[in-house]
Amino acid sequence: MADKFKVTIDGIPTEVEAGTSILNAARQIGGDIVPPAMCYYSKLEGSGGKCRTCLVKVSKGSEKDPRPMPKLVASCRTNVMDGMEVQNITSPEVVEARKGVVEMLLINHPLDCPICDQAGECHLQDLGYEHGAEATRYEFDRRTFEKIDIGDKVQLHMTRCILCYRCVFVADQITQKRVHGILGRGDHAEISTYIEKAIDNDFSGNVIDVCPVGALTDKTFRFKNRVWFTKPVEAHRDCPTCSGKVTLWYKGEEVLRVTARKDEFGEVEEFICNTCRFDKKATNDWVIEGPRKVSRHSVINSNHYNELQPAQVVKKNLELQEANKEQFERATKF
Amino acid sequence: MGRKLLLEHINVPGINTLKVYREKGGYKALEKAIKTMSSDDLVEEVKKSGLRGRGGAGFPTGMKWSFLAKPEGVARYLVCNADESEPGTFKDRYLMTYIPHALIEGMIVSSFALGANTSYIYVRGEMMPQIRILEKAIAEAKEAGFLGKNILGSGYDLELYVQPGGGAYICGEETALLESLEGKRGNPRIKPPFPAIAGLYGCPTVVNNVESIAAIVPIINMGGDEYAKIGVGRSTGTKLISASGNINKPGVYEIELGLSVEDFIYSDDYCGGIANGKRLKAVVAGGSSVPILPANLILNLANGEKRLMSYESLSEGGFITGTMLGSGGFVVLDEDQSVVRNTWNFARFYSHESCGQCSPCREGTGWMEKVLHRLVNGKGKMSDMDLLVDVAKKIEGNTICPLGDAAAWPVASAIRHFRDEFEWYVNNPELSQKQNYGLAHYADPLPVLETVE
Repeated sequence: MADKFKVTIDGIPTEVEAGTSILNAARQIGGDIVPPAMCYYSKLEGSGGKCRTCLVKVSKGSEKDPRPMPKLVASCRTNVMDGMEVQNITSPEVVEARKGVVEMLLINHPLDCPICDQAGECHLQDLGYEHGAEATRYEFDRRTFEKIDIGDKVQLHMTRCILCYRCVFVADQITQKRVHGILGRGDHAEISTYIEKAIDNDFSGNVIDVCPVGALTDKTFRFKNRVWFTKPVEAHRDCPTCSGKVTLWYKGEEVLRVTARKDEFGEVEEFICNTCRFDKKATNDWVIEGPRKVSRHSVINSNHYNELQPAQVVKKNLELQEANKEQFERATKF
Repeated sequence: MGRKLLLEHINVPGINTLKVYREKGGYKALEKAIKTMSSDDLVEEVKKSGLRGRGGAGFPTGMKWSFLAKPEGVARYLVCNADESEPGTFKDRYLMTYIPHALIEGMIVSSFALGANTSYIYVRGEMMPQIRILEKAIAEAKEAGFLGKNILGSGYDLELYVQPGGGAYICGEETALLESLEGKRGNPRIKPPFPAIAGLYGCPTVVNNVESIAAIVPIINMGGDEYAKIGVGRSTGTKLISASGNINKPGVYEIELGLSVEDFIYSDDYCGGIANGKRLKAVVAGGSSVPILPANLILNLANGEKRLMSYESLSEGGFITGTMLGSGGFVVLDEDQSVVRNTWNFARFYSHESCGQCSPCREGTGWMEKVLHRLVNGKGKMSDMDLLVDVAKKIEGNTICPLGDAAAWPVASAIRHFRDEFEWYVNNPELSQKQNYGLAHYADPLPVLETVE
């Protein structure tokens, strides 16, 4: 199918392949209009639709059927139609709903960022910073779980989990046999290995990279250092099982952690094997390619902001300038 | 007393057996359908009848059938949704217990109309006796040649299976039901694709409620046009109502749609009035997930006309002054019942039954339950009511399946219509634990529906 569909997101027109989701169309445009996604992962089939942070408003269904969709839709699982018009940050309804979802995600989250290894590269932190309220309205005990040991490499903190199901899809699709899934129902649902069996296979470490929060972290990096004190460096090695393309996280001369390379949406480019991730922690194991480019928004870049300006797409579009007025004014003040 | 189509012979001894059921005219619809009609005729007949889904949403059954994709060489399935677990609804259980052959006959006719060669009845796990009754009835029908290979010499084959569920409310949602039927975790699927395109095992599937399928039998017997004459407006035919609560005669009643609500509650043919001579306080008209209404609004519309038992009349006035027919779980509360406690009970149910897949429902239902629990126990705050309305609004419409809406509506409507009772719980923390509030000061003037700023 070489059909191209015209779609307009927040007033910005673009053309995408038929069968593209709204979220991916927005990612092709890039910038501020990309809806946040906590559960969707482009490399994992069947993921998405669960966290509801990527809700958008479809104000015009398509050229043939211009009726707007009655409810907000999950942009990661809704495909574009020809002539579709989508509102993301220009719709107050969407902003309100997203704020609600973020509040829901945070009510049972322990907010233990000061002792969480994910802090600094946590998607929930970013999301809460951008869309959350200053204070919670939740006045009850937060949900807790029995602690489960899932092996000597990966640490599970179920209290931090937002049940995005990404790790379940990894276990299903990347690794040889599925060893963990969801137990229980409703707000008691939890990630668990069946019969508390340790995850034991070559690619299990990837669950750490796909986890958007600190529920699954690297035991070999546990409490070693804060993310923003380490320096990311791109490197590769000849690996018989995986591509061997990784990011090394240095503190001084020492490699503290090895992860897969992530793109601008926080998604892994290529999954790596456990040998590369956990066992090769000496500089002479690797061929260094050079320092990794760090996103302007990352805390790793803190105090080194080159420029504080709204993204390019916002500048060009009047409608978006209106929606981002507050941010824009703050930026120009600096 | 209105006309009865489904429960006409319910009091005949032995109607649960094939022999007595046939003596009373059973399996005539099947013979008529299979010998004289084509599958397109059957779908057309159901369309003409105007039958609307009896499971809660009220979507026209004939329309649903005509949406079924019919690609060559791909199996089609009919699945009967007998996972009835809505608090206040027990009509399907009653039908399956006492007159199982009505469902079996309906299943065979419907499967023939849709061209399905394998059909399933997904029964809620707690209903073990009904599962046995259905399996016995299927065995009887098979022996009589109504099921299996070459039914009544027509060359049409059908296998019918009963599948017990695990006892989860969420598996009554059609896509979760299909997941469960496939042997997976009962999580609702993300739509589209709808089951009519890709349902069970990825094949086109129709999922219908027990009562909808049983209603196919009288439709074929009397003809769609004749069936459409019963009822009022677009609400045609008869409907089973499960009446419970503080009434003199609780039970399952078959009514002609269009009966007035007042008649239904006070007439001796139906509920027989409020028990112990008390006064009516509130009614949950269609199972726990529909908005609760105070007595003045359930008996009369906002313009003073009488409210009728029909899809349109019950939802007249939207969610400000209306409710929904839903699955027909009619729960009556008298002046001694606490709406706050009732709302908490419903919220607890939805919190327990949420599948935990999408965040607003998983976290929000538990949150509402906790706030309501605090209110019921006299530890609430004045700000709790606004908080509940706001949380309900953030769940509603933002979830994968309708369970989120179903959890939000009863809470939002209870606060809309009975806010004074909630406030009384906050202002009288000790008194509220010892005595009840009594009749509500009926909302006058009518409250304005909250809007998102």
